[in-house]
Amino acid sequence: MKKYSISIRPFGKHAILLEWPSRVDRDILEDILQFTQYLRECCLKSDRWEIVPAYNSVTLIYREEPIEFDDFKEKLKNWYNEDIKVVNRQRVLWRLPVCYDLDFGIDLIEIAERSGMSIGEIVSLHTSHVYTVFGIGFLPGFTYLGGLPEILEFDRRPQPRPKVVAGSVGLAGKQTGIYPQESPGGWNIIGNCPVPMFNPKEEEPCFVSVGDQVQFYSVSRAEYDLHKIESEVGIYKLEKILLDA
Amino acid sequence: MLKILKSGLFTTLQDMGRYGFLDKGVPVAGCMDSFSAKKINQLLENDSAVAVLEITMTGPTLLFEEATYVAIGGALLSATLNNEPVANYEVIKVSGGDILSFGKLEKGFRCYLAIKGGFKTPLVLGSRSLFSSVTKKNHLVDGEELPYGASPDFKPKISKLKVDSFLDEQVLTVSKGPEYDSLSDKQLEMLFYKAFSIANENNRMAYQLEEKIIGIKTSMITSATLPGTVQLTPSGKLIILMKDGQTTGGYPRVLQLSDRAISVLAQKKYGDEVRFQLN
Repeated sequence: MKKYSISIRPFGKHAILLEWPSRVDRDILEDILQFTQYLRECCLKSDRWEIVPAYNSVTLIYREEPIEFDDFKEKLKNWYNEDIKVVNRQRVLWRLPVCYDLDFGIDLIEIAERSGMSIGEIVSLHTSHVYTVFGIGFLPGFTYLGGLPEILEFDRRPQPRPKVVAGSVGLAGKQTGIYPQESPGGWNIIGNCPVPMFNPKEEEPCFVSVGDQVQFYSVSRAEYDLHKIESEVGIYKLEKILLDA
Repeated sequence: MLKILKSGLFTTLQDMGRYGFLDKGVPVAGCMDSFSAKKINQLLENDSAVAVLEITMTGPTLLFEEATYVAIGGALLSATLNNEPVANYEVIKVSGGDILSFGKLEKGFRCYLAIKGGFKTPLVLGSRSLFSSVTKKNHLVDGEELPYGASPDFKPKISKLKVDSFLDEQVLTVSKGPEYDSLSDKQLEMLFYKAFSIANENNRMAYQLEEKIIGIKTSMITSATLPGTVQLTPSGKLIILMKDGQTTGGYPRVLQLSDRAISVLAQKKYGDEVRFQLN
């Protein structure tokens, strides 16, 4: 794995921010995830450490006493430069159903007009690409998915909507994603996913992790309704493909 | 059971927060003014992590069904037990049938009520803190009941605590945030040489400040945020994330509040003034 030049900075008294070169890049994300895996397994094993990777950074948060920054920075540099041998967490490609009916895809007509594409072309483009989870935030279980084809890049709506329904699948800039709950939001909504992205009743409330991949496939309204019911009663079976490390 | 006869403006159940799911976008939540909450748990010889009531501005009316001991701290909210005034930071013995209520807000914004042994609601993802996305609702409602263990035989080692109150403090001690170095001299001057007043938009997620400074136009790749992170928007608005704040953000993080400053700020309400001091 190639080593990057990383910056290590304090983030308040209890956290440290590590930043990789400032760009959205899967190789950088892989390097970050490999290093955080090493930190979790070998260096920062205590559950008092919270580790939050996102895009080109990872933030390490310690719940106890303040961090001695200078000492810790040296340690981190050394750890990063060690020949890291960890077994990467199994990466997963999640296949998620989306219903692109106009009832759900309330911005489909507008973006079709703006881009000169048909709705069918937009759906076919959105479902033919595999996306990478670069971060989870904004809301519990809200995944920032990168890898969108340029032709599907649309600016956020000028006025955010006060209410976007749960499951809405949206486009914003270079990203696509799913609203895990009802929320205000400014993304362009093109469909709805019946699978809940965040379920606090589960021991692992969000099945997706940073570094995983997601691919959408189009379903009819009837299939959508079926998956919705299956999810509600807890018998929906997630479709996943295990990826080689 | 503790019966919530009237819930007040915004009364919530909080502990020291929900950890282990920050990387899944779940905010820490927990007591906004954790210093005051910890003090009253200490007074009752509770573990500091047990759940307490967080009472905002207008207090609830509470009926105790079993005898126990409680303590109140944080904001001064004219508390009375069966219509007799009770003081903050004192162990209060309550009997079954007693009614605790609150009156005029004298000072501060958030008042805490701890009970011997803590409230025994179910843990959700390791915490009892109410947060809508996880626990469906974020505050208590009229008629709701909270379980607690009866503790008639508790013999408190200390009956009251002398607490250095920070309710009058205006200074928020901060350290440099990750994007501090992108601030210009003019922006720094605006940040540190004048007071800011708390905007109407203030809640458990974030406190916005009324006065703007010069904004930062450059966009930033989404990265982690923490309770106490001060974000500067392109329009120059300062937003201080609090305990229910989002776990990632795309605005420059110019300052980071100390733990104590988060508690100091949690006691501020609309119109109150604060100033930043670099530590």
